[in-house]
Amino acid sequence: MSSYGIKDRVAIVGMGCTRFGERWDSSTGDMLIESTRAALMEAGLEQDAIDAYWLGTMTSGFSGMTLSSVLKTKYKPVTRVENYCATGSEAFRNACYAVAAGAYDIVMAVGVEKLKDNGYSGLVNSDDSTDGTATALSAPARFSLLGPAYVEKYGVSRETFKQAMTHTAWKNHYNGARNPRAQFQAEVSKEKIDAAPAVAGDLGIFDCSGVSDGSAAAIIVRAEDAYKYTDKPLFVKGLAFAAGPGTGPIDPRYDYTTFEEVVHSAADAYQQAGVEAPAEELMMAEVHDCFTPTELVLMEDLGFSARGTVCDDTLSGKFTLEGALPINPDGGLKSFGHPIGASGLRMLFECWLQLRGEAPAERQVAARGKRYGLTHNLGGSPGDCVSFVSIVGPELG
Amino acid sequence: MAGLTTYGSYVPYWRLTASAIASVTGRREGGGTRAVASYDEDTTTMAVAAGLSALASVGSVDHLDSLGFVTSHPAYVDKTNATAVHAALGLPRAIRCTDTGGAARSGLSALIAALRSTETTLVTIADTVTGPAGSPDEVGGGDAAAAFLVGNMPAVATFLGSGSASDEFTDRWRLPGESWAKTWEERFGEAIYTRLAEESFVSALKDADVPAGDIDRYAIVGLSPRAAKTFTRTCGVDPSHVVDDLTSAIGNAGAAQPGVLLAAMLDEAAPGETLAVTMLADGADTLILRTTDLLESRRQPTPVAEQLAAGNDELRYADFLTWKGQLVRQTPRRPDPDRAAAPPAYRAEAWKFAFTGSECNACGTRHLPPQRVCLECGDMGDMSPVRLVDSAARIATYTIDHLAYSPAPPVIGAVVDFEGGGRFACEMTDADPEKVSIGQQVEMTFRRMSDTDGIHNYFWKVRPAVEPPTELDTEESAS
Repeated sequence: MSSYGIKDRVAIVGMGCTRFGERWDSSTGDMLIESTRAALMEAGLEQDAIDAYWLGTMTSGFSGMTLSSVLKTKYKPVTRVENYCATGSEAFRNACYAVAAGAYDIVMAVGVEKLKDNGYSGLVNSDDSTDGTATALSAPARFSLLGPAYVEKYGVSRETFKQAMTHTAWKNHYNGARNPRAQFQAEVSKEKIDAAPAVAGDLGIFDCSGVSDGSAAAIIVRAEDAYKYTDKPLFVKGLAFAAGPGTGPIDPRYDYTTFEEVVHSAADAYQQAGVEAPAEELMMAEVHDCFTPTELVLMEDLGFSARGTVCDDTLSGKFTLEGALPINPDGGLKSFGHPIGASGLRMLFECWLQLRGEAPAERQVAARGKRYGLTHNLGGSPGDCVSFVSIVGPELG
Repeated sequence: MAGLTTYGSYVPYWRLTASAIASVTGRREGGGTRAVASYDEDTTTMAVAAGLSALASVGSVDHLDSLGFVTSHPAYVDKTNATAVHAALGLPRAIRCTDTGGAARSGLSALIAALRSTETTLVTIADTVTGPAGSPDEVGGGDAAAAFLVGNMPAVATFLGSGSASDEFTDRWRLPGESWAKTWEERFGEAIYTRLAEESFVSALKDADVPAGDIDRYAIVGLSPRAAKTFTRTCGVDPSHVVDDLTSAIGNAGAAQPGVLLAAMLDEAAPGETLAVTMLADGADTLILRTTDLLESRRQPTPVAEQLAAGNDELRYADFLTWKGQLVRQTPRRPDPDRAAAPPAYRAEAWKFAFTGSECNACGTRHLPPQRVCLECGDMGDMSPVRLVDSAARIATYTIDHLAYSPAPPVIGAVVDFEGGGRFACEMTDADPEKVSIGQQVEMTFRRMSDTDGIHNYFWKVRPAVEPPTELDTEESAS
């Protein structure tokens, strides 16, 4: 397989991110205006300077007109993108390719999702044209299969795995408590996490990400133009995407302890970026913590922990703000909820802040000579998903 | 000579006790328990379960002319329900499917009609009976099914004769669309039914050329328990040969009850016995059969007695009322389940109804649901259909889902692996969430997944299997 990547060929020169949460005050369009204006302001650009748009949304609109009719973008091309929970990241990836291809000078990737207005709990993804044979298990139930399988495979006790889940929820809420854009901005004690009502399997309420509204946007230009717009651009080092064959639920060999899609997309992104030892080389990573066991398994699939060791790494503090590799320093999906189209760009926004040293002091990660940040999205369920990995850095080379 | 080639029955897992009702209504009506179709069952799915049991001993059916489905509570009207039963049983397309019913009398009467015809027919009978909260019909009604393969083939029981009597009187009636029947005072019907029972019984004895004293097992059931009791005292059958009508265990499952009683008699009868069954409903019908040597090798896999013993009598009255549509409960803030759309459901008929996956012709890998490209070897050629309804399967992993919508939360999600290959992710039903375990043996069961826009979404779930005794168990019981 050839995957050449576009390392150092494009740069992010401005980003915007709304507050995530129950945005009863704002429509989809209001949030699109909020995130895109913030991005334009950071890059010092007027809206007319943007040549083309990629809009990521799963359910809050269908065509590019979801954006153009609100921003009045005057006949500019707008591509609406959907790729499950990696939708926002997918908008970004394709926008980057358009610039790298030389098709446009300045483009914008925007993600948005308005989940709260429908009045339902959790994510609604209705399909009225099926044969009715798909299992109707909830998302937490599908991800709850990871824990027992991991415990069985690696001989870790169920209690230890549960402690690592609780630690992950506690850590992400701790980080989110230091983020004014987060949906949940309060620390949650481990006792409270453990005592929460069961949702599915060993997952309690605090093992699940929330449901929220939000939007985020990024402006992308050719790398050589980056310093025209900002002193501190972020350069794209790697962009990888894997769509799985969906065989986990029908293949008896799948054991529910890994996401093959993540392993493949991570290897591709590391190869593009020239990363050899991600656990040592990355300054921070934003990963798809839709449920706490997901984050634990991701640590191994992304190469941050050796197989079978994530519980030890987690409980010893490796992934906290002060740890060797801070994971989800902005609070993750745990603190932000998961407005599908916005999440990937929200993760990138934290890289934007952290790698440029502009995160609030109480959650700024120390660089310690490391230059790269990683974002990761997962869409679907174990054995049956898509995965996205990006690597960005503040310097060329 | 016409006869029953095979037989099967189905009693659902759940039982409601008279005391569970009394603890809410404060008034006790009768005793014992009644069988209850689960929230995901209806007369169509119960007929499939009985049909699977009837076909188990013969494997496949070489020749079949028709499939009959009999019920007084059809899942659909206007649309034939027998076609869903037919599809779920994986029967060939070239047969006639017919719904019969509307009344309790239809069950035994359809069986007699089949025995008197020249066709090979699978007769499936399923019924569900309830009444207003606290009524005798609620505690005394039942849900059950039976199925009989009938034709001029080697039989487990040959047809000796039948007799009928008919009369028009207003004893029990229900308007279309209503949930339960109204009845006249029982003593009014008692005298009429006693006379009709005798007329049909005498007529059947004459037709079969058998004296009453030769009847080895006799079942009488129907709409007048008083008449049944009165008649058995004078019918001439040895009182010890009159079998339990099972109403204290199952309740009275309307059209299906005589079928279940006939199945229960066949479970226990020796070859060469004479069996009779009488149904009292708007008249009376009596059927007389004689068992053959073939019975020993063709009994249904799980006898009625074992089906009764495997029930769970801890069903809460509130859940019963919810399942029967009498108690409206708070649902989660989630949209209704997606309806099953007709075109994709039709394209997937073999999968959705017959549980037929695909097997790669190049490497033998099985796919559930069927795939066009092999997950193992990537072969894109044609695959062979493989129906796995009867294959042994075990739980690979599972979870308990408190969030997914269900009339009986929590939902048990199971991933099961089939012996010989194939993995299926599905719901588990008729199980205690506390007792599910990895490695547990399960079996397939045809259920109603949801109802949206009045479309019943039928598909397969798994339920705990009756584990065959292991060698160790056998040795222990021997020693």
